[in-house]
Amino acid sequence: MKARFTSLTAMALALGATGVSAQELSILIDNTPASSGAFTALTEAYTAKNPDVTFDIEVRPGGGEGDNIVKTRLATGEMTDIFSYNSGSLFQALRPSRTLVPINDIPNLDNLNESFLQTVADGDGNYYGVPYEAAMGGGILYHVPTYEELGLEVPQTWDEFMANNAAIAEQTDKAPVIQTYRDTWTSQLFVLADYYNVQSQEPGFADAYTANEAKYATTPAAQAGFARLQEVYEAGYLNEDFGAANFDDGVRMVATGEGVHYPMLTFSLANIEQNYPDLIDDVGFFAQPGESVDANGLTIWLPAAAYIPQTSENVEAAKDFLNFMASSEGCAAIVSANGATGPMLVEGCELPDSVPRAVSDMLPYFNEEGRTAPALEFLSPVKGPALEQLTVEVGSGIRDAQSAAELYDADVTKQARQLGLPNW
Amino acid sequence: MTQKSPYPYWFFLPAAVIFLGLFIVPTVASFYFSLTYWDPFEARFAGWDNYVQFFSEPFLIRGTLNTLFFAFVTSVLKTILGLLLAVLLTSGIFGQSFLRSVVFFPVLVSTIGVGILFQELMHPTEGAINVALAAIGIDGPGWLTNPSLALFSVALVDVWRGVGLATLIYIAGLSTIPNDYYEAARIDGATRWQLFWRVTVPLVWPATTTVIILSLIGGLRLFDLVWAMTRGGPGFSSDVLASVIYKQYQAGFWGLSTAGNVILFLLIALIVAPLAWWLNSKELDA
Amino acid sequence: MRRGQLFGGIAALAIATVVFILPFLFVFLNAAKSPSEASQPSFAWPSEWQFWQNLVDVVQVRDYALLLAYFNSIVITVGAIALLVIFAAMVGYVLQRRPSRVSRVVGFVALTGLMIPPAVVPTIWLLQEIGLFKTLHGMVLIQVAYGLSFCILLFRAFVASIPRDLDEAAIVDGATPLQVFFRVILPLLKPVTLTVIVVQSITIFNDFTHPLYYLPGSENITVQLTLYNFQSQFTSQLNLLFMNILLITIPPLLVFIFFNRQIVSGMTSGAVKG
Repeated sequence: MKARFTSLTAMALALGATGVSAQELSILIDNTPASSGAFTALTEAYTAKNPDVTFDIEVRPGGGEGDNIVKTRLATGEMTDIFSYNSGSLFQALRPSRTLVPINDIPNLDNLNESFLQTVADGDGNYYGVPYEAAMGGGILYHVPTYEELGLEVPQTWDEFMANNAAIAEQTDKAPVIQTYRDTWTSQLFVLADYYNVQSQEPGFADAYTANEAKYATTPAAQAGFARLQEVYEAGYLNEDFGAANFDDGVRMVATGEGVHYPMLTFSLANIEQNYPDLIDDVGFFAQPGESVDANGLTIWLPAAAYIPQTSENVEAAKDFLNFMASSEGCAAIVSANGATGPMLVEGCELPDSVPRAVSDMLPYFNEEGRTAPALEFLSPVKGPALEQLTVEVGSGIRDAQSAAELYDADVTKQARQLGLPNW
Repeated sequence: MTQKSPYPYWFFLPAAVIFLGLFIVPTVASFYFSLTYWDPFEARFAGWDNYVQFFSEPFLIRGTLNTLFFAFVTSVLKTILGLLLAVLLTSGIFGQSFLRSVVFFPVLVSTIGVGILFQELMHPTEGAINVALAAIGIDGPGWLTNPSLALFSVALVDVWRGVGLATLIYIAGLSTIPNDYYEAARIDGATRWQLFWRVTVPLVWPATTTVIILSLIGGLRLFDLVWAMTRGGPGFSSDVLASVIYKQYQAGFWGLSTAGNVILFLLIALIVAPLAWWLNSKELDA
Repeated sequence: MRRGQLFGGIAALAIATVVFILPFLFVFLNAAKSPSEASQPSFAWPSEWQFWQNLVDVVQVRDYALLLAYFNSIVITVGAIALLVIFAAMVGYVLQRRPSRVSRVVGFVALTGLMIPPAVVPTIWLLQEIGLFKTLHGMVLIQVAYGLSFCILLFRAFVASIPRDLDEAAIVDGATPLQVFFRVILPLLKPVTLTVIVVQSITIFNDFTHPLYYLPGSENITVQLTLYNFQSQFTSQLNLLFMNILLITIPPLLVFIFFNRQIVSGMTSGAVKG
C-alpha cells in the first residue's frame, strides 16, 4: 500500500516537473448536429496539438429544458469545465459575474468580433465566451425557381414583398408564405427579424426598452412586426396546414417550392443541405424588408459560445482550449466540419470559395457598413417567454397586432421583475 | 400504556419518512416559495406579486378557466358514457368480455403515445379523421389547430382514454345490486326506462361518486396529454394549470410556477372536498 | 342468448372496433411502413412491410437510447414497487389493527396524497439539497412517495378480511411484531399484493410527468421520455415514432393479458364500499 502511494506521488511529481499533466476536460453541449460537429472537430484538433489533454463531451437537450439544465448545474456547482450556451439575453440570465470565469486574459481575445463580444460581456468590462458557430441571419428564405418563373425581383420594401406574394397567389397554387406553428418558435420570425427596421427608425429603442421606457405597443416601428404577421395572415397567403405543419415541413416546402417564402434563421440551411442536398441552390435568402429602400438591412443572430464556470477545477486548461477556439486554426476546424452557413466572427477565419446560394445572398449585408443589426435579444436582457404563443395567435388570426404587442409588453414586465432587473 | 402494543406505531416510520420528506415538506415549502422571485440562483421575497401576476395575466387566467372546463367536460362525459357502457356490458350481450377488455385497454397505454397518435389522426388536412369525414362529404374542422376547438378535442381524447376505468368501476358497482330489486320493480310494472332511473342510478350511486371524484381530480391535474398533443396551443387556447406551471418552470420563473401549484392545490381542495362530502351525503339518502 | 343480445352485441362490437381498435391498428400499420409512406400516416396497407427494419432502427437511435430507457424504467419500477409493497403493507396493517387517534391522523394524511398535486419545483429544490435530483434512486423514492396513499388504502381494506385470531395466536406464541407481520400477515396479503404490483407497475412505467421534472439528462431517460424526445426528432420518420409507441405499449399489454383480474380488482377497489 505504502509502496503504491509513493510511486503514485513520484509519478505525479515527474509529470509536474515536465510541465505536462494528463488532463481530461469535460464539455456540456446542446444536442444540435452543428454543436456536436463543431466540438468534435475542435477537440480532435486540440488533442492533436496537445496529446495530454483529452475530452469528455456530454450532450444536453435544447430549448427550455436545456436552459433549465444549464442554470441548475451552474447553481449547484455540477457544471462541466466548459459548456455551450446562447449569447445575449439568455447568457445574461446566467448571472455571469457570479457564475462564470472572465476570459479577458486569453491572448486571442482580440481576434473576436466586437459586436459579438458585447453579447458575452457583463456590465463591468469582463468577457466570458468564445463562439463556435457562424453568425446567422434572420430573414426570408425563398424558392428561387418560382421567382425566376414569375420574373419576380428580390423585394427591397415590405410593399414590394406583398406585391410578390400577390403575384404568387394569383399565378400559382403555391403558398406565398410558409408558417409552421406546430413548432411554435418558428412563428416569431416576422417580429424578431424585423428588428433592423425597428432600429433604423428608432435608433435608441434597445436602451429605452431595457430601461422600461419604450414599449412594443406604443412604438409603431416596433409593433410593425406584429402587424406584418397579421397582414400576411389576413391576406390569406399562408399554407393551408400552417397550424399543424412543423419546422421540417417548412424546410421541405421552401426547398421543393410547395411554398415560396419562409421567414427563418439561416441555420436552417444545414437542414436543407442534409435533407434536400440537390435543392440547396434553389433556396435564396433576403432580409425582411421594411418601409423604405434606403433602409434595407439584415437582422442578425450572434452565435452561441463556450463558457467556463467558476466551479471548474481546470480553469487554466479550459482557458487554453477557449483560446484555441478563438484562433483561425480552431475556427478552420469548425468550418471544415460544418461547412459555411454564414460569416465566422473570428479574425482570419476564411470561408470556402463555394457556399450555398442563400449564404452568398446573405454575405453582402455583412460586408457593407450599417446593413446589419443584432436582434433585440442581443442588445437587451429583456425577452418574454410568451412571444411564440402570441405570434402564433396573431398568425392564426386569433388576436390582432395591437393586442399581442400589449400582452407581450406585460409578458416582458413579468420576466424583468422575475429577473430583478433595475427600473421594472 | 404499560404494555407494548403488538401493532407498534413505528411500522409507520419508513413510509412516513418518505411521504413526509418528499411529499408533505415540498407541499408546505411551496407556500413559502410561491411568495418569492425564485430561480436556480436565488430566492428573493416578493410578497403577493406572483399571485397578482397570476390573476392579472390573461393567459394565466385562461389556463385556470380551461382547467375547470376540461375537468368538468371530461368528468361529465366519463360518468355518463361509463354508466351507459357498463349497463350495456353487463346485459349479457354477445362478445361481452371481449368488449370489456377493448374498452379498458386504452387506460393502460402510454398517455404520450395516445397523444401522439391522436395528433396524427386529427391533422387538419391529412389526418385519418378528416380524411374519413371528407369521404362522406363533411369538411372536417382543425381539431387541434382551431383555437376554439383544441381544448375540447383534447378532452375527447382524454375521455376515450379514461372511459374504460369509469366503465370498470360502474360494472363493479352494478354487480353489487341484488337482482331482487329489479324483479320487484318489474312486478310493479316498471318500464326499462324506469328501471334504469329508479333502480340502477340510485343503487349505483357509490360508483358514481367514485367516478366523479376520480375524473375531477384527474382532469384538474391533467398535464401529459395536453403537453403531448398541443403544448397548450394554438396560442394559449388549450393551456391548463399544469401546463402553465410547467411553462413557467421552463422559463426559469420558479416562484411563479410554484404559485400556480398552490392555486391548483387550492382549486382541487375547494372543489373536490365539498363535492365529495355532498355526494357522500346523497348516498346516505338514497 | 336472445336475438336482441346477439344483434346488440354485434353492433357494439362494430362500434368498439372503430372507436377503440382502429387507432391501435393505425399505430401498427404505420410502424411497418417506410419513412416516405409514413410521412402522411394513413390506414393504407404498407406497400412493403419493413417491420423488422424499423424495429432495429428505432432501437439503435441515439446509441440505443431505447434500451437504456427500458433498463432505467425497469429499475425504477421494480425498486419502487419493492419498497411500496413492504412499507404500505406495514402501514395498512397497523392502521387497520390499531384504531386510535394517531391512526386516524395517519389515515387522513395518507388520503391527502390521493388528492394533492405534488409541488414540483419545491420538490426539485429538495432533491437537489439532498443530492437525489437526477438520480434513479431519487426517482424510486419519489414514485414511492406518490404511490403510497393508494397502496395503503388497498392494504388496509384487505387486512380487514384477515381474522385477528391469526396474529393473536402468533403473539401468544411470543412472536415479535416484525415476526408476526413478515411470517403471518404478509404471506396472507398475497392477492392484494399482486394487485398492488400490477396496478402500480403500469402507473410507474407509464409515468411521464415526474421523470420529465425530476430526471432530466440523456443518461436518465425513461421509456415515456424516449417517446417525447423522438416526437420532435422523428418528424420526418413517423414510422419510427409509431414503432416506438408500439414497443412501449407491449409491456402493459402483456401485463393486461396475464393479470386482467388483478387490474380490475385494484382499479375498482374504491367503488365498492368496504
